Amino acid sequence: MNTSLSRGTKIALWVALALGFAVIYAPLLVVLVNSFNADRAFGWPPSRLTGQWWAASWDNAGVRSALWTSVKAGLGATAVAMVLGTMAAFAVQRYRFFGRDTISLLVILPIALPGIVTGIALNNAFRTVLAPFGIELGLFTVVVGHATFCVVVIYNNVLARLRRLGTGVEEASADLGADTFQTFRYVTFPLLRSALLAGGLLAFALSFDEIIVTTFTAGAGVQTLPIWIFNNLFRPNQAPVVNVVAAALIVLSVVPIYLAQRISGDARTI
Amino acid sequence: MTKAPSLPGGPVRRLAGLLHRRPGLRLSVLLSAPLLWLIVAYLGALAALLLSAFWTTNVFTGDVVKQFNTENFRALLTEEVYRRIALRSIGVAALVTIVDAVIAFPVAFCMAKLASPRAQRWLVIGILTPLWASYLVKAYAWRVMLSGSGLLNWAVEPFGLSGPGYGLTAVVITLAYLWLPYMILPIYAGLERLPNSLLDASADLGASAFRTFRTVIWPVAFPAVVAGSIFTFSLSLGDFISVKIVGGAGQLIGNVVYDNIGAANNLPFAAAVATVPVAVMMIYLVAVRRTGALENL
Repeated sequence: MNTSLSRGTKIALWVALALGFAVIYAPLLVVLVNSFNADRAFGWPPSRLTGQWWAASWDNAGVRSALWTSVKAGLGATAVAMVLGTMAAFAVQRYRFFGRDTISLLVILPIALPGIVTGIALNNAFRTVLAPFGIELGLFTVVVGHATFCVVVIYNNVLARLRRLGTGVEEASADLGADTFQTFRYVTFPLLRSALLAGGLLAFALSFDEIIVTTFTAGAGVQTLPIWIFNNLFRPNQAPVVNVVAAALIVLSVVPIYLAQRISGDARTI
Repeated sequence: MTKAPSLPGGPVRRLAGLLHRRPGLRLSVLLSAPLLWLIVAYLGALAALLLSAFWTTNVFTGDVVKQFNTENFRALLTEEVYRRIALRSIGVAALVTIVDAVIAFPVAFCMAKLASPRAQRWLVIGILTPLWASYLVKAYAWRVMLSGSGLLNWAVEPFGLSGPGYGLTAVVITLAYLWLPYMILPIYAGLERLPNSLLDASADLGASAFRTFRTVIWPVAFPAVVAGSIFTFSLSLGDFISVKIVGGAGQLIGNVVYDNIGAANNLPFAAAVATVPVAVMMIYLVAVRRTGALENL
């Protein structure tokens, strides 16, 4: 592409690129290979390979219930964030009002502040406000915490889409006699759907992966998958199962990229 | 619920008509839920946390004493151990940012300026994919890599060396690894906007490669590097999980907060400590705002 660089510089840059990708992928490959390592202590290189840990992990009750908890928390947080994010995006994109510019800042704050700050703030609030009503820390509080920092991704996606759409089609719909709800249901929502899907995917992934806010908002009995991994990370006899779960999560990380490509034709939009 | 939405005069239709006539009402409905959630619940919780930083805990009972004083902040500023941990945390965050910038720049430059458009697409996907792999899994990967019988020791052993083991160096490596894509992507986006013709023109006019870098590439790339540094710096500053996984006995500011919430059950002091990373980030954001980096996010 570029002619102004010397041959040597170009080769050096390609080598740097290759090294960069090697650094990014080598640790992930090590985890993948180790999940088949027959040796419990995971010395490198593996002496013998086996599939027994994968089978053992599949039957592990702790992993299964943690996975299920994570899915529930992710779906709940994504649903709440979709409603709140879409409403806020409509308000900011379609109306002029006092304090409009601060909404964007407000929405981004939960993800911009260190997770530990959000975590202990919510923990403190839940314990003082919800405890008198008999609501303990649990799945519900995890969903609330996750939804708080997931709003921003839905908001950004919907806002960008609304900006591109303009109001022309909605006005046409109103002129043809559709009321506010019909216009939303038959005109605006179908046009927003892919933006909502892309944002929802990212929100779910954020929630699924989150550990810091979760640590402070989950009660003693609630274990999401990251919490389960963290709790078992330092137990040598659980190492094979932790390895398999880690390897499985690496393999699964291809799924959202693939879906994003299908939804928008470009992974960069999310 | 949508049984008869279009019957003239039906309640749904009447509600729709009311909303249509009153944009102010429409706006209030739209804003109500998000603002209730984000301002009342979230900002309220933050404000309560900040307030509790000015309270103390009864040493004997462990109960929070709701009396305004600045004891926590005085301890934070005067006690040597906290100053050292705060400086160490900032140092680690800065080092992670520098390591990431040095690794990311040539990678991003090669992606933006040497790769074909088709290859660029795949390279971007290659950078994005590991972002979706769990944070914990990536930190764990380095725990495995850096362990006594791990890959790193195995790789350097023939040269009579040994890996860094668990400790602060391991924390820097792990954090730099975790946030590397957040540095590559903004730099790539920044350099992609730089027209190739500018580089050619600079070379045609006789500038050396170094001069081209300094006068053409760097002014464009700098705001992008700063944009990336906001992620790497902020994410490193609040981290305490990686420290627990690969840090050995090392402590960062996040661990002090965590330990004061858990073992010590001293929320007021934890809240006071938590203001440190927030304050540092605020100062950092104000400092970099003039570079135009915030528009590059």
